[in-house]
Amino acid sequence: MTNVYVVGTDMIKFGRFPERTVDDLGAEAALLALADCGLTIADMQAVYCGNLFQASAAVGQRVLKQIGQTGVPVVNTANACATGATAFREGWMAIKAGVYDLVLAVGVEQMGKGLLGGGGGKDDGIPTEGLLGSGTMPSVFAHVGLEHSRKYGTTFEQFAKVSVKNHHHSTLNPKAMYRVETPLEEVMNAEMISYPNTKLMCSVNVDGSAAAVLCSEKKAKELGLMSRAVKVRASALASDPWSKHNLAAMDFNPVTQIAAKTAYEMAGLGPDDIDLVELHDCFATAEIVHYENLGLCKDGDAGRMIDTGETALGGRIPVNVSGGLLSKGHPLGATGIANIYEITTHLRCEAGERQVEGARIGLTHVVGAGSACAVHVLEKV
Amino acid sequence: MSAAPSTTSALPKAAVPFLKIPEHGEPYLEGHRCSACKEVFMEARRACPKCTKIGTLKPEKLANTGKLYNFTVVHRNFPGVKVPFISAIVDLDGGGSLKGNLVDIEPDMSKLKFDMPVKVVFRDAGRQDKAGNKYLAYFFIPA
Repeated sequence: MTNVYVVGTDMIKFGRFPERTVDDLGAEAALLALADCGLTIADMQAVYCGNLFQASAAVGQRVLKQIGQTGVPVVNTANACATGATAFREGWMAIKAGVYDLVLAVGVEQMGKGLLGGGGGKDDGIPTEGLLGSGTMPSVFAHVGLEHSRKYGTTFEQFAKVSVKNHHHSTLNPKAMYRVETPLEEVMNAEMISYPNTKLMCSVNVDGSAAAVLCSEKKAKELGLMSRAVKVRASALASDPWSKHNLAAMDFNPVTQIAAKTAYEMAGLGPDDIDLVELHDCFATAEIVHYENLGLCKDGDAGRMIDTGETALGGRIPVNVSGGLLSKGHPLGATGIANIYEITTHLRCEAGERQVEGARIGLTHVVGAGSACAVHVLEKV
Repeated sequence: MSAAPSTTSALPKAAVPFLKIPEHGEPYLEGHRCSACKEVFMEARRACPKCTKIGTLKPEKLANTGKLYNFTVVHRNFPGVKVPFISAIVDLDGGGSLKGNLVDIEPDMSKLKFDMPVKVVFRDAGRQDKAGNKYLAYFFIPA
């Protein structure tokens, strides 16, 4: 099977664009990614589009109506917070299978403000949010964090430090929604949403889009695109296996562990070989548990990792130098491809102030409620 | 059921399908135990989510006692939902795990302990559907 490369990628600066449309946002990122490798939509043999909130509304086809209706196959994906990564992976798989040489993956989302999850627009019966516990995302991930506290004694302060770090990183990323330092006291004293997640420990609902052009090795060489190409060493997707509390509380740990293990095996390497990570910090509590789920440290060591700064820019294994979902923002369907953009940018040594020096191999991770987890390993050519 | 509607009626509806309200006797939580792997699930399924055996889940009345596995105090929620409240995940004695509100205790993290014993109680949900029906819900209280 051919190697698959990211030859072009970009994202828009995340923000709030209520006056724009989903197709327009997606089209902007698509054109940016195509321009990044000097190709056009006419060169693409298929399009994979990730969008969650308009999953039934042919978003990929609507993007093509903005940038060129070439008649190629379009596949729209919806897979919770792994939506964008799933679109990317479908494109990767089609090239691996030898069906195409060049495809475009686009992820786009337009979000409202406010709480996600816990809704219940049932016609009969009564809403159960706040009656039978809480299913809002801040509460679900509060439970995720406190399960870690239960096992290892992880503290409110340790969770809060994740937010301090990622907000700091975002000050170095011109494409982040927020670029403001948030000292520890400010994070801990912000409005409490669901303990231990304060408002500054919740990801930002933003509008955004990101895109990537995927290419077979033969075609990349033929087009002279190898100098900035980044190899996809592994692409893994998992659904949540049975675990004791999964049906009561949503367990994001085993699903991530499976995807990570699959990705490491496919890439033929391990966590020690990874130079930087973009992982799913939808809440500050989530980042802590995923250090362990991705094997960046041993079980029970995540609290120490955040305390010692190992995951900050300049540390042993920088995590979320983009600012992460916490500060760059989290447009659900775009997030997975925005992570690919971030890692690719570092592997190309084009990340400017936030560049992870000497980065050769990077890992992306997204995990969405339901559950779906995608892990990709990218390598500098 | 094909039985004629009760003329005395007035049984509340259940907030969730696994809360059973018998005409005579106390309400209870119903789980489904897999006869192959023995795991307990709150709702009926075609096959066991854990061991994948088909047709092995059998309904079973669950215990009204358990331990607090996990909790959080929720301070911000949707308009109309009274905060703060405690969202709790409880492991019932003998099997079954579920999420619910822990009540009759201050919603204060320092008052809550992992594995503290709790009891399941059944009370009016305080919410009605569009038709004005009353609902019975389950709650956890400190044992």
